[in-house]
Amino acid sequence: MNHLPVLPILIPLFAASIALFFEHRRFGMVPQRIVAWMSVAAMLVVACLLVGSAASGDVSVYLLGDWPARLGIVLMVDRLSALMLLVGLLLGAGCLLHACAGWDRRAPHFHAFFQFQLMGLNGAFLTGDIFNLFVFFEVLLISSYGLMLSGGRGERMRAGLHYVTFNIAASTLFLIALGLLYGMLGSLNMAEISVRVAQLPPGDLALVQAAAGLLFVVFCAKAALLPMYFWLPDTYMHAPAAVAGLFAIMTKVGLYAVLRLGTLSFGAAGPLDGFAWPALLALGAATLVLASLGVLAAQRLRALAAYLVLGSAATLFVAFSLGTTGTTGAGLYYLVHSSFAGAALFLLADLIRRRRGRASDRKDVIAALPDKIVPGLLFLVAAVSLAGLPPLSGFIGKLLLLDAVPAGPRTFWIWLLVLGTSFMMLVGLARAGTRLFWRVEPWPDAGHHTLEAYTPEQEVVHAPSRPLETAAVVLLLAYGVALVLSAAPVLEYTRATAVQLQAPADYVEHVRAATPVLREP
Amino acid sequence: MELALASAIGILTAAGVYLLLRARSFDVILGLTLLSYATNLLIFAGGRLVPGKPAVLRDGVAPTLANYTDPLPQALVLTAIVIAFAMTAVTVVLAIRSRGDNDSDHVDGPRAERDFLASELRRLEEARDAAKADDAGGKA
Repeated sequence: MNHLPVLPILIPLFAASIALFFEHRRFGMVPQRIVAWMSVAAMLVVACLLVGSAASGDVSVYLLGDWPARLGIVLMVDRLSALMLLVGLLLGAGCLLHACAGWDRRAPHFHAFFQFQLMGLNGAFLTGDIFNLFVFFEVLLISSYGLMLSGGRGERMRAGLHYVTFNIAASTLFLIALGLLYGMLGSLNMAEISVRVAQLPPGDLALVQAAAGLLFVVFCAKAALLPMYFWLPDTYMHAPAAVAGLFAIMTKVGLYAVLRLGTLSFGAAGPLDGFAWPALLALGAATLVLASLGVLAAQRLRALAAYLVLGSAATLFVAFSLGTTGTTGAGLYYLVHSSFAGAALFLLADLIRRRRGRASDRKDVIAALPDKIVPGLLFLVAAVSLAGLPPLSGFIGKLLLLDAVPAGPRTFWIWLLVLGTSFMMLVGLARAGTRLFWRVEPWPDAGHHTLEAYTPEQEVVHAPSRPLETAAVVLLLAYGVALVLSAAPVLEYTRATAVQLQAPADYVEHVRAATPVLREP
Repeated sequence: MELALASAIGILTAAGVYLLLRARSFDVILGLTLLSYATNLLIFAGGRLVPGKPAVLRDGVAPTLANYTDPLPQALVLTAIVIAFAMTAVTVVLAIRSRGDNDSDHVDGPRAERDFLASELRRLEEARDAAKADDAGGKA
């Protein structure tokens, strides 16, 4: 049996455990950083191998504990999960680089939490069992609480309490849905569920529909869809930069789960086919409008970045709920692009914030920004990419999405929505750029300025330059450039992914065909 | 028995949701705990209520669902209990820290608490004024 699929879960698990032993007060940061980087490098190699094997269209099924799929838990590697795995790890590498510039010293056990977070992400992408998905959601949430809160105090604790409470309530709903599904269908394997849903007596359909609806509510809460996105800007704004960058993939986990269950478990030409997608389309459109209003209204650069992440998740909901191969393929390309670009903007916001001293990243306070050439250029690249202007990856993603929208009465409205919100985001980003990078002469008399006791000298003192942080932003933006340069193979891959997702019967065959090696079924 | 279990789940959920919506972090944590109890019972009921049958295989008894209760929901509940327990511990620590840092256990921080107290005080004074006016009107 090929043991590759389980490695992205085992490597960070062991790396996190090892990192716990090297307490940084006694051993310094170096051993922890070595462990973290070795683990990320090993996982990247495994992820590349998995993408290579999945690109041929093969669905590999790994039976954990060698139990047959109907009894035990399976891991499943198809094109989608391999792609998400690779994207998560590339993003993780960028954020780790940023954290290694010094932030990891402020939080005890940062590297252990970080590895557990990667383990939760990898597991959520690889698992083929809904209860196991819940467990990995919890793993990644618990470590995200740790990452967000350790080393923090005051206001961050209050924001953290909201985030934790909201997520526990969502997890409770998740469990309720799982209890109902198991009670009705007798299986929690994603592929098996699609078979059982098709054989369901009509009397039970309503309850299964309710359970599926609850599941979608939970995933949409993670992905921050309309009624449930209010937690996101506040949380992301108060999280430390490297963590907020990594969180850019967290909304995508919810999207991944919606896409996975919507196509595989409830999508197979059964009675639940097309269930919930029209509602998701409408809510995604509304979220997109509100997110772009948020981009226009945001007073801080970090809030602006949070609303951009929200907007990209909403765009993806629109793309996925249109449901054709073209839109899903374009959406997946956009997903990859928006994860990298969104994370880059968070890291960049931190860079700018520290250089501006007490003015922080507030747009409404005018303050000098020392050494602004590098952050300015980086901001330009990130903004062009996020607003969807040519020649960067956001443009390709949105262009393909618009091109793939099926002709019909809805076409006009979707074009209007995507183009209009892109324009609003462009205006918001341009305003932020002019406000933050405008040249400011030092104030002759600090006493007259509204920002009391403001002195330009303070700014310079508070801006230690950390080349690693700049390198992290450059790395994340370079992913975006690479995404443009290799657009053809990536698009071919995402389109093939969309085709694979539309044929859920293959998955069922593969899962059924996987038989235990040692055990008699 | 179904009725008893179902109403127990319902009451726990209702109480949990009520407490979750309150403004003190202690109440919120209690609400989350009650909700997790309700969920555990619900998952447990997903395997149907079967009295007097074990979940663990025994020698000499045919391993079918006619002789045993479904063991899977019990395993799921065990996982859910452990996770809920850990999460409760996390929220308690977080709430204590938030109270210590912000000098308030209001979920929206000290400013929200002050605003709330001020509005309550205003309402009280208005009510007192209205009562006085009523008294004066009654005497006249």
